[in-house]
Amino acid sequence: MLLEVRDLYVEFRTRDGVAKAVNGVSYSVDAGETLAVLGESGSGKSVTAQAVMGILDTPPGRVSGGEVLFRGRDLLALKEDARRTVRGAEMAMIFQDALSALNPVLTVGDQLGEMFVVHRGMSKKAARARAVELMDRVRIPAAAERVGQYPHQFSGGMRQRIMIAMAMALEPALIIADEPTTALDVTVQAQVMELLAELRRELGMGLILITHDLGVVADVADRIAVMYAGRIVETAPVHDIYKAPAHPYTRGLLDSIPRLDHKGRELYAIKGLPPNLTAIPPGCPFHPRCPRARDVCRTDLPPLYRVSQDRRSACHFWEETVDASSA
Amino acid sequence: MPEPDPYQNPKEAVAPTGAGGAMDLAMSEAETLERDGTGRPRSLWSDAWHQLRRNPVFLVSALLIVFLVLIAIWPQILTSADPLRCDLSKSQQGSAPGHPFGYDTQGCDVYTRTVYGARASITVGVCATLGAALLGSLLGGLAGFFGGWWDGVLSRVADVFFGIPVVLGGLVFLSVVTSSTVWPVVGFIVLLGWPQIARIARGSVITAKEHDYVQAARALGAGGGRMLLRHVGPNAVAPVIVVATIALGTYIALEATLSFLGVGLRPPTVSWGIDISNAAPQIRNAPHMLLWPAGALSITVLAFIMLGDAVRDALDPKLR
Amino acid sequence: MPPLLEVRELVKHYPLTRGVLFRKQIGAVKAVDGVSFALRPGETLGIVGESGCGKSTVAKMLVSLERPTAGRILYKGEDITRLSGRALKAVRRNIQMVFQDPYTSLNPRMTVGDIVGEPYEIHPEVAPKGDRRRKVQELLDVVGLNPEYINRYPHQFSGGQRQRIGIARGLALRPEVIVADEPVSALDVSVQAQVVNLMEKLQGEFGLAYVFIAHDLSIVRHISDRVGVMYLGRVVETGTDTEIYDHPTHPYTQALLSAVPVPDPEVREQRERILLTGDVPSPTSVPSGCRFRTRCWKARERCALEVPLLAVPAAFRDTHTPARHDSACHFAEERRVVPGDTRGQMG
Repeated sequence: MLLEVRDLYVEFRTRDGVAKAVNGVSYSVDAGETLAVLGESGSGKSVTAQAVMGILDTPPGRVSGGEVLFRGRDLLALKEDARRTVRGAEMAMIFQDALSALNPVLTVGDQLGEMFVVHRGMSKKAARARAVELMDRVRIPAAAERVGQYPHQFSGGMRQRIMIAMAMALEPALIIADEPTTALDVTVQAQVMELLAELRRELGMGLILITHDLGVVADVADRIAVMYAGRIVETAPVHDIYKAPAHPYTRGLLDSIPRLDHKGRELYAIKGLPPNLTAIPPGCPFHPRCPRARDVCRTDLPPLYRVSQDRRSACHFWEETVDASSA
Repeated sequence: MPEPDPYQNPKEAVAPTGAGGAMDLAMSEAETLERDGTGRPRSLWSDAWHQLRRNPVFLVSALLIVFLVLIAIWPQILTSADPLRCDLSKSQQGSAPGHPFGYDTQGCDVYTRTVYGARASITVGVCATLGAALLGSLLGGLAGFFGGWWDGVLSRVADVFFGIPVVLGGLVFLSVVTSSTVWPVVGFIVLLGWPQIARIARGSVITAKEHDYVQAARALGAGGGRMLLRHVGPNAVAPVIVVATIALGTYIALEATLSFLGVGLRPPTVSWGIDISNAAPQIRNAPHMLLWPAGALSITVLAFIMLGDAVRDALDPKLR
Repeated sequence: MPPLLEVRELVKHYPLTRGVLFRKQIGAVKAVDGVSFALRPGETLGIVGESGCGKSTVAKMLVSLERPTAGRILYKGEDITRLSGRALKAVRRNIQMVFQDPYTSLNPRMTVGDIVGEPYEIHPEVAPKGDRRRKVQELLDVVGLNPEYINRYPHQFSGGQRQRIGIARGLALRPEVIVADEPVSALDVSVQAQVVNLMEKLQGEFGLAYVFIAHDLSIVRHISDRVGVMYLGRVVETGTDTEIYDHPTHPYTQALLSAVPVPDPEVREQRERILLTGDVPSPTSVPSGCRFRTRCWKARERCALEVPLLAVPAAFRDTHTPARHDSACHFAEERRVVPGDTRGQMG
């Protein structure tokens, strides 16, 4: 197993109390696999990734429990400088907002080359040559001429390609992409996702794709983990989950998005709002919004029930949910 | 026979009637409203006040300022002596019973003069700040709101005033004035102070007017006055208040500087600046003459700057 | 039925100037460059396009927040682009707007009651003073908010609730047209559905006509009766939702639709993807002829010389298929790019 997150807890200190952002999340990614982590804002999907990368803002954040095993080694137990060598060289991250993730006063060539200078000890000249190669690889036209330009001189899609090039530079084993295409237009989004999938295949990397977009997930993921209020509520191979979700929240999400292929009728709307992380409801955190909620849901936190060999669902009534979905 | 799937009938799942739908939502609203603890309606101003009250920096500086304002209005609270009744025979003497701070060169009681000095400083500070804030936010606000050539002209004029060196300007302008009231000094500070406020006001009006709620008011047919007074103004005023509070402290220091140089307030007005100026040459023989008015001045300036800091913390939108 | 709102050859150019004292125009941003459409009472016209295509500028001109450089906007036959003062104010009662960002579109210093009641202060003739509080509470109820929260401030509400407040303000004057500029794109998926359903409910209740502007093609299909696709300041294709989504004839529409990820993993292998190359050209230097030709795989010489008109293409003029709708392409062909529903027919 390339990466294994075990029972991770993260909390944030806020003005209103302690916000429990991640509450016992476990997932794993194999080499060559794409895991999609799906969730709405506040579900803890990005915070989990930041904790894995070791780029969590501490304070106010704090990892309060769990393990992050990367090739069998617990990253959380490493010293900061040891983690820094893992970051970039062995795992890398792509962010939503490429413009703010790139340094505006350095040329893209300098920023790409820096990776080789710092981690590989290359000369500036050799590093620049590698930078051009990388830009070619992510299909930025006229790479040799554009290597000396600044981030703002590139379009949004091109900047996201530069971010991808930067993440790929040292051929890491794992890439975490946090909403990599959310800020892009659909036509550009398709190009970038295509590029990401292609590079992943070529290099045999593991990819964690963090997103709120059910369409993007269906397009590229092998497996999917759905998060709600800092917990994984369902995890399954992508085909199974779209065919018959085993958690009412997943079901609700799928039914609440309009379809491109037919007009459809009134949308299903999950009632209410996601919970406040400083006061997560007792029992199943989804129960106040759940159409299946019964007494047990208000008192007992559901464990991740085994649905089949590679499926889990944190719903007391997962059997009902699957049956109803496939009916 | 499987039980009916609630998702298959969104009508039923969401709620069959309009009233039921509203109830569902009301429930979720109650949840959000619980998040701010009290559930009471709280404006941003009352939120800021709530935060201020718990800030020790604010409490200390506010207490100091209240005290200073009180003695500026009624110096008799602290002393029954007359600051202008001096006895040359006691020149530069140290502290004596009933005269804890000693005497200055003219034989005047330093304690009484320090107490009375608050009046000039607070008057100049408050009046100059009010004047600069009103003039600056009016001109700056209009420039920001209307833009165009009016903005261009005003910004250049402000630049010109910004360019005047304060002390040099004071020496030139105020040396021709013969009045011994505080008004020439106040006027001079307003003249040099408004561009700073105007720049802040212009910037925050430009930011506020970009917001969609101003566009929304325009789309409803609101006129310029309503947009400026109800939408732009209230949302642009916070930075002006912060800068004005901090400026108040610096204006008091500026008055003292000008008085020290002999172009600010003139005797018989009692001012810390004048006293510091008189005491400075005697610093080796009679340091107490300098210590008390200088200390009072420093504490007053500090109190206003601390207040400005606390107000900024409370009004800073990034904290919420 | 005569159109309620008709837009004819609408143009908005923003001049690019140089110099401080002596301004010289050195070019123009052609944000909107000849847009025409009609909106009938009670219908929803969806406008889709990518960022920078001019859809938001069209919205602003419809509600008179921007004055067009050229062209006309006819409301019940009357040109409203040159109105001012009282006449403009009267027209504004009938055309209202819902904004994208629920966080910046409500004044944080005003209570919900003041925000929703402001339209009555600006147009006092609509509701007498004593009546206003009750009217505001009714409106809050209509959009699904508790009328008791009239004294609360916007920051005490979630994004979805704030958008409901924005909708209540838009409804206050009982307009006939509501222009909604990306009204749900800032909201979470599960909350989007609530707001879309609310807008559909209100349309029926108040007989509203919507101009619904969005970049999300699925939501636009769901809510719209007719759809217009915009590219670089022009409408390239219009038609009913079926005509546009199931029978697109303009290559840009086809590329756009094929790029939308479909939430169904079964279709990902069988799907035909049209990947466009390059970026959208800058609106300061639009290509000659057809604006899309620089990214179009079908472009030929004619495309650079002749601006294609938005009309039924010759190839379909005598047919009776759904491909017979307006499309601004010299070489329009029908191509089905949206995969069929493999989840089984729902609803």
